[in-house]
Amino acid sequence: MVLSGKLIKNTLTAFFAVMPSLFFANQATDTTHVHAHNAEHAATHAHAESHGAVNEKSEIKAFIDHHLKDSHEFNFFADGEEGKHFGFALPVILIDNGDFKVFSSSEFHHGEKVAQIDGNYYKLHHEKIYKLKSADEALTLDAHGHPTNEKPLDFSITKNVVAMLVTALLMFFLFTGLARSYKKGPLPTGFGRVLEPLILFIRDEVAIPNIGEKKYRKFMGYLLTVFFFVLILNLIGLTPLGINVTGNIAITACLALFTYLVTNLGANKGYWHHIFWMPDVPVLMKIALIPIEILGTLTKPFALMIRLYANISAGHIVVMSLLGLIYVFKNWIAGPSFFGLTLFISVIEILVAFLQAFVFTMLSALFIGMAVQDHHHEEDHDAHTEEEPIII
Amino acid sequence: MEIPGIVGAGLVVIGAGLGLGKIGGSAMDAIARQPEAAGKIQTAMIIIAALLEGVAFAALFAA
Repeated sequence: MVLSGKLIKNTLTAFFAVMPSLFFANQATDTTHVHAHNAEHAATHAHAESHGAVNEKSEIKAFIDHHLKDSHEFNFFADGEEGKHFGFALPVILIDNGDFKVFSSSEFHHGEKVAQIDGNYYKLHHEKIYKLKSADEALTLDAHGHPTNEKPLDFSITKNVVAMLVTALLMFFLFTGLARSYKKGPLPTGFGRVLEPLILFIRDEVAIPNIGEKKYRKFMGYLLTVFFFVLILNLIGLTPLGINVTGNIAITACLALFTYLVTNLGANKGYWHHIFWMPDVPVLMKIALIPIEILGTLTKPFALMIRLYANISAGHIVVMSLLGLIYVFKNWIAGPSFFGLTLFISVIEILVAFLQAFVFTMLSALFIGMAVQDHHHEEDHDAHTEEEPIII
Repeated sequence: MEIPGIVGAGLVVIGAGLGLGKIGGSAMDAIARQPEAAGKIQTAMIIIAALLEGVAFAALFAA
């Protein structure tokens, strides 16, 4: 049967809708550890503050912090009093001094227990895995409260990895479906009708004006990939699944790094000429300008990284804080009004998701265009033809 | 957040608001002069707004 876009879309929608009810964390062993968990939480709260409302605020803060970070398990909701967590655990893949260890993150029991695998002991602390020498050893903390134990290399399949893999598969199926539907006729059918105007928009408004008619084809693949990847990840981050991918600075750093590599590897000879040996400038200044220009090439991807990260995390923090305010003001007026406000802000967040994806792509195209275009004054006084870009 | 953090954040918001207001105003004037170029002006306005917001958010995070 041909894998049509509609079938894939319906399957994925059904899967996501049914997924929360299909999986349960191991409840039997949870209840024994939950008392220690609750006692520890209560102790920290009682020690810090005694007021009821301030208690809520610190809980909300911890909730927001936990949801902004990556996690080794899918935790949809937890019943605090009974200590049952609903979600499913993700595999943990560690490379510990050359040893390959794979196990389920349910061994950590939400960070309470020390996992014991093949004689090594691992503890989960704020979603980072540390290696302990025995089951009872506590983490040695330094002045700031960060543990100083050694960490194995963590290649686990975490929530963010799952989201990115799902996005990649989704993009693959959607776009191959669209490409296949062109064999039947010039107009796309089904979900392709949403994708085609977006693709044409990227080509006509973003790629061609910035990169130029002659060379835009080479970079269209990268621009389209970045646009749809960032867009779908932003939209996934807005769902209640609690997966915050583009609000993670490591991921935006990688995306900015890719843009940096694409611009520099596809760059013209004139571009490098401008960086390393700035024309029409005295020789001493040329040498002084070299490090400044190299730093200048780094600031633009750095700004890309910070812009996407800050916009998306700020949006998530605002939405979660507003929802948390419902729990601080527990009355009949505050609840619906904060809910309505959160709904309004979420609609703005959808706009921000599209906008940030578009801006990331537009600025990448701008940087590529600046690197790839031929300088007319260069050809005058250097009298050489422009070099072919490396990327084909 | 302590007092210097909040004051810094407030200043950043003022700066961003003023900047965006100026961009929006210029964009409105330009569209009023040449209604045919409205599409291009809108695109440029969105880009500059995003750049400005990027700076504002970066400062907000530092504050």
